[in-house]
Amino acid sequence: MRHTIKVAAVMSAAALALAACGDSGGTSSGGGSTSSAGAKKTIKVGMAYDVGGRGDQSFNDSAAAGLDKAKSELGVEVKEAAAVNGENEAAREERLQQLVDAGYTHIVAVGFAYAKSVGKAAKDNPDAHFAIVDDASADSKGPNVDQITFAENEGSFIVGAAAALKSKAGNIGFVGGVNTPLIKKFEAGYVAGAKAVNKDIKIQIKYLTQPPDFSGFADPAKGKTAAEGMYQSGADVVYHAAGGSGGGVFTAAKAANAMAIGVDSDQALTAPADVKDVIITSMIKKVDVGVFDFIKSATEGKELSGNKVYDLKSGGVDYSTTGGKIDDIKAKLDDYKKQIIDGKITVPTTP
Amino acid sequence: MRTFQPRRILLSVAAPVLALLVAFVITSLILWAVGDPVAEVWKTLLGAPRPRQVVNIVNSASVLYLSAIAVAVGFRMNLFNIGVDGQYRVAAFAGALFAGQAWLPGPLNVLLTLVVAMVAGGLWASIAAWLKVRRGVSEVISTIMLNAIATGLVQWLLLKVSSQEKGSNAIGTKLIPESSRLDGFALIPNASNRVYTLVLLAILVGVAYWFVLGKTRFGFDLRATGRSESAAVASGVKVPRMVMTAMIASGALAGLVGMPLLFGQDYQYGTTFQAGLGFAGIGIALLGRNNAIGIAFASLLWAYLDQQSNGLQIRAGVAPELVNIIQGVILFAVVIAYELIRRADLRLEQNRVARELAAQSPSTPATQGASA
Repeated sequence: MRHTIKVAAVMSAAALALAACGDSGGTSSGGGSTSSAGAKKTIKVGMAYDVGGRGDQSFNDSAAAGLDKAKSELGVEVKEAAAVNGENEAAREERLQQLVDAGYTHIVAVGFAYAKSVGKAAKDNPDAHFAIVDDASADSKGPNVDQITFAENEGSFIVGAAAALKSKAGNIGFVGGVNTPLIKKFEAGYVAGAKAVNKDIKIQIKYLTQPPDFSGFADPAKGKTAAEGMYQSGADVVYHAAGGSGGGVFTAAKAANAMAIGVDSDQALTAPADVKDVIITSMIKKVDVGVFDFIKSATEGKELSGNKVYDLKSGGVDYSTTGGKIDDIKAKLDDYKKQIIDGKITVPTTP
Repeated sequence: MRTFQPRRILLSVAAPVLALLVAFVITSLILWAVGDPVAEVWKTLLGAPRPRQVVNIVNSASVLYLSAIAVAVGFRMNLFNIGVDGQYRVAAFAGALFAGQAWLPGPLNVLLTLVVAMVAGGLWASIAAWLKVRRGVSEVISTIMLNAIATGLVQWLLLKVSSQEKGSNAIGTKLIPESSRLDGFALIPNASNRVYTLVLLAILVGVAYWFVLGKTRFGFDLRATGRSESAAVASGVKVPRMVMTAMIASGALAGLVGMPLLFGQDYQYGTTFQAGLGFAGIGIALLGRNNAIGIAFASLLWAYLDQQSNGLQIRAGVAPELVNIIQGVILFAVVIAYELIRRADLRLEQNRVARELAAQSPSTPATQGASA
C-alpha cells in the first residue's frame, strides 16, 4: 500500500509537469507580452490591491475609485490584481514584477504590506514608476516611488469632536477593524478630538481581530456585535475604522436608534438605504485622490516621488456633511479644522 | 518490497492521474459556468514558470514541506495536530525575537535560533499533548483553540516588543543582524533571486522523518499505535508517552516552518509574516500520504499552483482564489481515487488468487489466504 502511494505521488507531479510541457508551446506568445507598449508615450497603470481587492468597501475600493477616474478621464490602460490571504513576501514581489513584465509602466500598490516588495521592485525596475498607499518607510523609499500617506488622525479628530458634540450621554465608542498601528492612528485622533470637546467623556474602544487575522476588516457580524455592546453600555455614537465590518456597526446603530460615523468614503452616500440615516458624518480618506494624482501627474510627464502626506490642509482627509445631521455643529468643527491646519492643535498619532 | 508487479504500478499511476483529471474537469466546468476564459486560465496556470518563479516555487515548497512533515508525524499515529498553524507562529516569533538580540555571532545565532524555535513549538504543542493524556481532551479541539490563543498571545507580545520604523504602518520584531542572514544559493540559472539556504533544513528533516519513522524502534511503535492502539498496548507500547512524544515532536518540527522565511526573506517577525502555513500543511500531508517523498512532490505541486495563480488576474482576468478551488478539488479527488484504486486492487488480487487456487488440484485446501 505504501509503495502504491509513493509511486502515485511521484506520478501525480509528473503528470502535472507533462501537462505543463504539453501546453507551454502554445503559451509562449500568450504570456502577457504587449506589442503595442512603447509605440507611443502612453502610460499603463497596474494596480496591486491588498487582501480583499476591489469591492471591500474600504481603502481598496477607494483606490479603485481613483483608478476608475483615471481610466475614464485620462484614458489610461489599467490592470488590476489583488493579494490573497496568507501569501508571503515573494508573492507580493512577484505580483508587482508580473505587472511590470506585462508592460505596465506605473504600478500602484495599495496597503503597507507592500512596503518591502515595492522597495525591491522599484530597485529592480528603475524605468518603471511605483506608488504605495499607506507607507512612508525607508523600505519602500526610492527615486521612482511615490509614497502616499494620510493624516488619518487629523480627520478622526474632527469626527471625534463631532461625536462628543452630538453625544447626549457623554459616552461614545470606537470600533477598529484590526489592531494595527494604522488603525491606532484613527483611534488616537478620535479620542483626542472627543476629549477636546468634553474632557470627561467616556470612550469605549474595541478592536475586532488581531493580526495576522485581518478578517476584522471584512466581518459585519463582528462589527455588529461589538457596536451592540457599546450601545448597550450607554454609548450613543460609534465611529468605526473597520472597512467592510462597518456595515454591522450601522445595523447595530439602527437597531439601537443611535448614531454612527463612517470611514474612508462618504458612507452616508454609499451605505445601504436602510441604515443611511444613522450615519451623521464620515471621516473621508481620499485614497482615490492620491492614486489619481500619481497617474495624472505621470500623464503630464511629471513623475511623483517621495512621501506626500494627504492631510486636512491639502484636503486629503476631511469630514462629510451629507444628510445634514451635523449642520448645527459645523461651525465648531470647522473651527477645529482651522486650528489643526494652522498648527494650533497637534493631533497625536498614537493613543 | 515484493516482486515487480505491472498491475500494481499501473493502478498506482491511475490514482493521481484520475485525481488531476477530475480536478481539471471540475475546475473547467466552474470556469465555464461563471463565464471565465477557460483556455486562458489553463494557459496561465500550466505555462512554464520563469527562472525566478522556479526559485519561488522551490522556496515556498520547502516551507510547505516542513509544515506538512510536522502534520504527518501526528497523522502517522492518528493524532490530528491541527495546531501546527499556531505552533509555527509562536515559534517563529520566539525565534525572531531571539535572533534579533544578536547575542551570538553569525551562524551560531542561526543554529541556536533553530533550537529556540523547536523548543517554543514543542512547548506550545505540549499543552495539547498534556490535555489529551491527562484530561482526555481531543487534540483536534485543543489545538484549534490553541491556534486562536497563539494569535492573540503573539500579537500582544509583538506590540510589547516591537519597534515601529518611522513612516511605516507595519510592526515587527527587531531585524536580525546582517551576519545571521542567509544569502541562499544561486541554484537556478538566470534567476534574479536565490533559493533559501534553509532548503537544506527541509531536506534534512525529510530524511530524518523517513529514517526515524521507517527504520527505528520508536518509529515502529509510533506507527503501530496509529494503526491499532490496543495492539500497541498489548505489545508493550506506553501509549500516553507515545502521544506526548509524537505531539511534542510534531510541534518542534512545526517550530521550524517559519525559519526559512525568517533567515532567507523577512529577517523579522511582523504583521506581514506569512500566515496559514499550518493549514496548507494538513492538505499537503494528506496529498502526500504522510510519505517523505510523496509530501515533497505534493509541496512542489502546491507551491507551483500558488505561484502560477499570481498571474491569473493579470493575464487571464480571473481571481487567484480559483487556485484554492483547484487545490481543494485535487485533495478530494485524490482521497477518493486512492480508495477506489485500493478496492480495485483488492478485487483484482482476490480474483488472481481465486484463479490460481482453481488451477491447482482441487484436493489442496485453500489455507494460505490472499496476500493483499
